[in-house]
Amino acid sequence: MARYVILLGFFIMVGVFAVVLDRMGKGEYNPRDIPTEFLGKPAPGINVPDLYDASQIVKTQDMKGKTWLFNVWGTWCPECWREHAYLMELSNAGVPIVGLNWRDEKAEARSMLTKMGNPFVKIGFDPDSSVAMDWGVYGAPETFLIDPQGMVVAKHAGGITPAVWEAKFKKYFVN
Amino acid sequence: MKNMKTIKLLSSLVFAFLIVTQANARFETHDFATPQMEQDYNVLVAELRCLVCQNQNLADSNAELAQDMRLKVYKMLSEGHSKQEIADYMVTRYGDFVMYRPPVKSSTFLLWFGPLIFFVIAAIIVFSYMRRSQSTKENAIDTEQQKKAHSLLDDE
Repeated sequence: MARYVILLGFFIMVGVFAVVLDRMGKGEYNPRDIPTEFLGKPAPGINVPDLYDASQIVKTQDMKGKTWLFNVWGTWCPECWREHAYLMELSNAGVPIVGLNWRDEKAEARSMLTKMGNPFVKIGFDPDSSVAMDWGVYGAPETFLIDPQGMVVAKHAGGITPAVWEAKFKKYFVN
Repeated sequence: MKNMKTIKLLSSLVFAFLIVTQANARFETHDFATPQMEQDYNVLVAELRCLVCQNQNLADSNAELAQDMRLKVYKMLSEGHSKQEIADYMVTRYGDFVMYRPPVKSSTFLLWFGPLIFFVIAAIIVFSYMRRSQSTKENAIDTEQQKKAHSLLDDE
C-alpha cells in the first residue's frame, strides 16, 4: 500500500513538472514574473523631465480622462527594439502611450526614436530608476494600462505583441 | 616533499581567503552619519531581494537596478526614514517577494510551513511503512514456529 502511495506521489510530481515546463515553453507561465502591486490602485506619479524638453515635467495627471499605456523602455533592452514596431502600430491606431526612458543615454534614446519612429505622446527621462522604482518596475520593457480615473488596470512584463495586446489590453480600448 | 604540501595548502588557503573577501567587498561606499544608520543599511540590503537576479540580495548584486535600490535605501535612511518605512516602501511597490523573509500571511503560508508539512507527511509514510514490515516479520516468525510445533507434534 505504502509503496503505491509513494509511486503515485512520484507520478504526480512528474505530471506537475511536465505541465509547468510545457506552460513555460509556450510563454504562458514565467516563474520570474512578479505580479504588480498596483492593479486596481491609483497609478504612481511620474514627475521627471521630458526626454526632448527638459523644461516639461511629465505627469500622470496630464493623462486624466484617457485610457493610456505607460511603457518602460531603454535602448539597452533588446526586447524594446523588438516591440517598437508594434508600439508604432498601436500609436498610429490612436492609443496614447507615455514612455519612460529608463537608465539610458539621452542621445542614444533620441537617435533610436529618430530611426524607428516615436510612438510616445510624452517620454519621461529616468536615468536613476526613481520613477521605475515608484512603479515597481524590475525589467524592461514593462507596460501598464491606466484607465480614465487614473487607476492601473493591467500590466505586462515583456514585449507587447499582438497576442499580448489581444489578451490583456485590447478590451479596455473598445469604446 | 612535505614542504611542498604545506606550501600548496597555505597558498590555497590564501586564495580562498581572497575569494571570500572579494565577495564581501562593497560595490560602492557610503558615508553614514551614525553607526546605527550603517547597521540599518547593512540589514536592509541583506534582507531586500534583487529583482533582476532573483536569487541574490541587494548587497550581493551588481545589477543596475540593485545599485539604484541600494542608493534609494541610503537616501531614505539619510532622510531619517526608519528601517520599517523603507521595507514598506519597497513592499508596496514590489510586493512581499522583495523581502527575503516575507511576513507570515495566507499567501505566504505554504512558503513558511510547506517544508514542515512535507516533513510530517514523509514521517507518517516512513513510520507506517516501518510498522507494517515489522508486523509481517512477526507473523512470519509465528508461522514458522507453528510449523515447528506441528512437526514436533507429528513426530510423537
